[in-house]
Amino acid sequence: MPKSFNVKINKVWCKGCGLCIGICPKKVLELDGQVKCEPVRVSDCIGCRQCENMCPDFAITVEESE
Amino acid sequence: MPRENVMKWLRSQFMPHIWCPGCGHGIIMHAMLRALTSLGRDPDKTVISSGIGCSSRLPGYIDTCTLHTAHGRSLAFATGVKMVNPELTVIDVMGDGDCSAIGGNHFIHACRRNIGICAIVMNNSIYGMTGGQASPTTPVGAIASTAPYGAVDPPFDICRLATGAGATLVARATIAQPQLCESLIKKGIQHDGFSVIEIMTHCHTQYGRKNKLGRPLDNFNYFKERSVMKAKADSMPPEELEGKYVIGELFHKADGEEYTKKYARVIEKAGR
Repeated sequence: MPKSFNVKINKVWCKGCGLCIGICPKKVLELDGQVKCEPVRVSDCIGCRQCENMCPDFAITVEESE
Repeated sequence: MPRENVMKWLRSQFMPHIWCPGCGHGIIMHAMLRALTSLGRDPDKTVISSGIGCSSRLPGYIDTCTLHTAHGRSLAFATGVKMVNPELTVIDVMGDGDCSAIGGNHFIHACRRNIGICAIVMNNSIYGMTGGQASPTTPVGAIASTAPYGAVDPPFDICRLATGAGATLVARATIAQPQLCESLIKKGIQHDGFSVIEIMTHCHTQYGRKNKLGRPLDNFNYFKERSVMKAKADSMPPEELEGKYVIGELFHKADGEEYTKKYARVIEKAGR
């Protein structure tokens, strides 16, 4: 059973810089209509946490889901 | 890293921070907080000092003992703090101008003393806050507001400067390797002596827009392509390393005695 992950975005802190979108190896994230990050393909997430470590605004949390 | 640990160190009432969207300073702050939490440091026994500039806004967002001091003089304040209480973890965050121009003398003398401070130099090759003037680390040929035809002066290599001046741990990373930043900052904090961690970051607003690196992601790719690990760089000819950033632990001298220990003997001798 592969692990599944939950990507939480703090949209108040996100500034929509697009760094997380560019570095995600599985293209999980995209910008929404308000130019904030949005996890659109969360089932593809492999939990590498590159987005969490790269986010300059402390806006992303990757958690292992049950 | 569970995020709650990092969040405990943040003054979240001041977030979101003032830095531009995608600014590398946030990446460095995150790496620094991860390093501090994984070392299990106590916020009440940690002091973060900074000078003036975008980079020096960093301590304002961290819930520990913080000092926002005069331009270039943050190391002087940090030295005072460390001398009074050598038990404290003292970190000094500086920008490239703060470190190598305005505070150049403070920097080389702190290196010479080998005092137990971890100096993190956030090098974005420009004076970002004041309008994009060329700094001592602006690469030759790069456009800046005070160098509209390209910078002429050869830039400082801060790591080589620190090694030459006597720092006992010198390392470099770029924002394209946040994990390496974290591990090097961790080493710097644990090191007994003066450690200089230079982190190459970007200012896409003031530097990038003039130099075809306008988006944060362009800068990330720029650093990723030009980073070479120290072990690989040792076997490469110098011509190939032109324009590359050698990353990793560049210099480590384990047997240098720390300054506050030497000074404690002076205090003992004076009979105080």
